[in-house]
Order: sequence, then C-alpha cells, then structure tokens
Amino acid sequence: MSTLKFQSQAVAKPYFAFALILFVGQILFGLIMGLQYVVGDFLAGAIPFNVARMVHTNLLIVWLLFGFMGSAYYLVPEEADTELWSPKLAIILFWVFAAAGTATILGYLLVPYSTLAEFTFNELWPTMGREFLEQPTITKIGIVVVALGFLLNLGMTILKGRKTAINMVLMTGLIGLAVFFLFAFYNPENLALDKYFWWFVVHLWVEGVWELIMGAILAYVLIKVTGVDREVIEKWLYVIIAMALISGILGTGHHFYWLTTPEYWQWIGSIFSAIEPLPFFAMVLYAFNMVNRRRREHPNKAATLWALGTSVMAFLGAGVWGFLHTLAPVNYYTHGSQITAAHGHMAFYGAYAMIVMTIISYAMPKLRGIGEANSNKAQVCEMWGFWLMTVAMVFITLFLTGAGILQVWLQRLPESGEALSFMATQDKLALFYWMREVSGVIFLIGLLAYLASFFIGGKEAAKVS
Amino acid sequence: MSESFTKGMARNIYYGGSVFFLLIFLGLTFHTTKEMPQRDHRENLTESVARGKALWEDNNCIGCHTLLGEGAYFAPELGNVYTRRGGDGGFKAFFNGWMKSQPLNIPGRRQMPNFHLNDQEIDDLAEFLKWTSEMDVNNWPPNIEG
Repeated sequence: MSTLKFQSQAVAKPYFAFALILFVGQILFGLIMGLQYVVGDFLAGAIPFNVARMVHTNLLIVWLLFGFMGSAYYLVPEEADTELWSPKLAIILFWVFAAAGTATILGYLLVPYSTLAEFTFNELWPTMGREFLEQPTITKIGIVVVALGFLLNLGMTILKGRKTAINMVLMTGLIGLAVFFLFAFYNPENLALDKYFWWFVVHLWVEGVWELIMGAILAYVLIKVTGVDREVIEKWLYVIIAMALISGILGTGHHFYWLTTPEYWQWIGSIFSAIEPLPFFAMVLYAFNMVNRRRREHPNKAATLWALGTSVMAFLGAGVWGFLHTLAPVNYYTHGSQITAAHGHMAFYGAYAMIVMTIISYAMPKLRGIGEANSNKAQVCEMWGFWLMTVAMVFITLFLTGAGILQVWLQRLPESGEALSFMATQDKLALFYWMREVSGVIFLIGLLAYLASFFIGGKEAAKVS
Repeated sequence: MSESFTKGMARNIYYGGSVFFLLIFLGLTFHTTKEMPQRDHRENLTESVARGKALWEDNNCIGCHTLLGEGAYFAPELGNVYTRRGGDGGFKAFFNGWMKSQPLNIPGRRQMPNFHLNDQEIDDLAEFLKWTSEMDVNNWPPNIEG
C-alpha cells in the first residue's frame, strides 16, 4: 500500500471490487432478458422477465452507487489533503450496504415479488413496485442510513481539510443524490402525482446531481493524468456542471408531457432539453483539450482512454440520443418505445459505467500497491475490454434505435384500426432483437477481458517510454 | 477560456444558476399540482382504485408493461388498455378472463405469469386501469394500440 498518499484511501478497494462483481451480474441478467425478447418462454417459470429486469436495473443502480462511494473515498482524502475521518465507518457501511443489496436481489430471485412485499410489510408504507424503486421499504431505509453515514464521513474529512472545487462539487452532487432519493418514500394513491414526484428521484439523479459526481471524478482523473493546472480544470468543471444543472432541472419537464400536467411543460421541457447536450459536448472538448495540453506522459494510458471515452460516449448516449426524442412533438410518438431503451443503454454506459471504470482504472494500480499504472500487458488487455464493451454498446444502441423507429412506424404512426398491435409489432422487430443479443454477448466478452486485465502482468508496473 | 473569466465567476454561475432554476422548478411544481385535479379526476379515486394500484405495485406489473409510457417495454401499454379492450361495455369481462387464462403457454411466446388474484382483486385492478384511462394526459398515446 506504499503507493497511496493516504492510507485511508484503501477503503475504496472493496467498494470497487464489489461494484465490478455486481456489474457482471447486471450483464448476465441483461442477456437473459435480451433472449426473452425473442424466445418469449425462455426461463419463463424460473426467472420471469419482470424479475430479470428488476435485477438488471437494480444491480446497475447499486453497482454505480458502490462505484461512486469508492470514488469518493479514494479522491476526497487526497483532495482534502488529510486522512479520511473514519475508515472504520466506511468499512462497516460497506458491509451493511453489500449485505442489504445482496439480500434484496436474492429476495427478487427467490420469492414472488408480492410475497417479498408482504414479508417486508409493504402495506404499512407502500413504496415498492415502481420502476427502479422496486426495493423493499426496509432496504430504502437502509440506503438512507448508509448514505447519511457516508456523507458524514466525507463531510468531516472535508471540514478538517482542503476545500477544493472538486471536493465541493462532489459533495453537492452526493448530497443532492441523498436528498432527491427521499422522494422514493412518497407514493400517493393518485398515479399522476406518484409519477410526477417519481421523476424527482429518477430524472434529478441521472440528468442532475449524478452529472456533478461524474464531472468531479472526471476533473480529478484529468488533473492526475495530464498534469494540467488545477485552476484551469476546475474552472471548466464549474462551467460544465452549471450548464448541466441549468438545463437539467427544468429539463425534467420532458417527462411531464403526458402526465395530466399543464401544457406549458411541453414548451419548457423541449427548450431546456435542447440545451442538455451542451454540457456533454463541453465535456468532450474539455477532456480532449486537457489531454492535448498535458504536461506529463502518465504511464496509465488505459485510464486516459477511459476518461476520453466516457466524455464521448456520454455525449452520444445522454446528449445526442437523449435529444433525439426529447422534443414534445417527437416524444408524442417515441415515448415508451425501444428508442427510450436505446437512449437509456448508451447514456448509462457512457456517462456512469464508464466514469466509474475511469477512476477504477486510475486508482486500482495504486490501491493494489503496483504503482502508477499496471504493466503494459495488463493495460493492453484492459483496452481490449474498453473497445469491445464500447463498440458492443454502440451496436446495442443502434439496433434498439432501429427497432424503435420500426416500432413507431408500425404501431404508433398509423390511425387506430390500421396500426399493428404491440405484440404483432414486436414480432416484426425480432431481427433487431437478435442482433442486440449478439452485441450483448460481445459486451460480456469485453467485460471478461476487462476483468482479466486485473490478473495479468502481476505486480510489475508500467514504465514511461 | 480567457483569463478575465475567473474560477470564482464560474463558481458563482454554478451556485447562483442552480438555485435560481431550482426555485423556478419548485414554483412551477406548485402551480402544476394546483392544476392537476382538473385533469386527473381524483374525485373518482375510490378505495377500489387505490387497492388496484397497490395490487399493480405488489405484483411488479411495471417490470413488463408500460403505464403512460413508463416502465418496461416488454409487454403492451396499459394506460389505455381499458378503452382498447372493450371499455364500459366489455373490459371487465375480458380482463377477468384474461387474468385467469395466464400463462397462455404458447411455445416461444412471451409469457405473462398467473398472479392468482381473486375476483375482487381482479375487479380492483380493473377499476385502477379504468381510472387511469380516464385521466387527461394531453391525448397520449397517439392511437388505440398505445
């Protein structure tokens, strides 16, 4: 552990390792679902689609949260220039969160969902059964407890140390994450109100405060791998996240178009959503600009690749594919179609999966005591993983987009009476779904190559050429 | 970026801009929730509808279906299923038969599980779907197929 600046940064390691294990689970369940799209009765009795999907999306959320927590534990002490307030608390919370998360996933898999709801007394305070917020109420309370302990730990660390822009942005992002999650506990009997405030968690997370977390992690890694002056990078960081929040907060309106809300949301949502790609585009310029102006050749080439890759893929997935169907007249036809799925896949991979892998790539060699970077052999393997996963995700997105366009064409555009039914349309999309599944298998191969890189080249560190 | 644009100015845009737009968002939310009763017909929200929503959630229907366009895209949209499958004339009879005949067990076809609901529960769920279909959601979906 001699390569760490602060010993307490080591608590990040179990968080990263567990995040990657959950990531593997997420992809496996994604493949099961992808197959169920075309072979409808595949595992229908053992793992019904709704269960596979819950596991797929909940694992995604939880592994990203583990990734964010690991990132914070790694970078905050170094930014604050002091040891973490309580490494012991960080480890205790790790086990609490890991146990609660595992128990919840096992609950999804082992008993019918309604039984799980009954076991966990959902009727006392119903919060379950809403997309992405399927966790039993007791798990949701656990998440809040873990989040509060986590914020306390980081807050105390920053209070006694240096308050850099990166630390402050990360903290505002993480506090926002915790605050907006509280809306998960509000589940009125009125479906329209339920859905309206549901977006306070879902949208204000991924198109709001998570972007602050992403921006802060990216800024941190860019400072480290490029050696560019902190002042320059931090100024960019503020500009980008300001754009992200200014567009993203009112951009929530693009989810309010069809929810018994006043029609002005169609204008507000459309206008501010049109601005939402800008911060992502700025992030691409910023990442490439900083790497071009680099003052040192960092031996960890893979980390630099991840940093550049996340900016590009986040722009394409969250920015371009989001904008594709965000204007109200377009959304009227595309809402809830495979286009939404296409956008969701590339946006989550590009913005959030990749930023976590960026910091893992940068931090792991240090956490494992190897040095600034893995051996060249390990990095080559890691970069194979990067390209296989990223290219596979591009194809997954393209195939789902193709499926979505055809779906809108057959099912939504014709008048009632002439339009194909949902299931009849799905049959016509089978070829796209098969190609998506093949791309998914390639993604898994990429993920395995990425994981293999941790076991290649041993403890030999890369040399600067 | 030019030197005259300092980090402090960027920081102030971030904090000031975010707070400003958050306040607008909260103001609009306040206005929206005042307007919604005229469009969501909450006066028709009976205990049966509320029980139906709880059944909808306890069985994770959203894990396959979409409801008003949100959810999974594996099974049909149900926000307008009441009108698509018979409306006042025939929906409840259709729905009761449909729920009891699951799973259809057609080889290769996507399967809906049987949730073993009793007649009262099926009626509650139907009432929930009926109430949902009557909300004024700016004419979405574009046609009856959803």
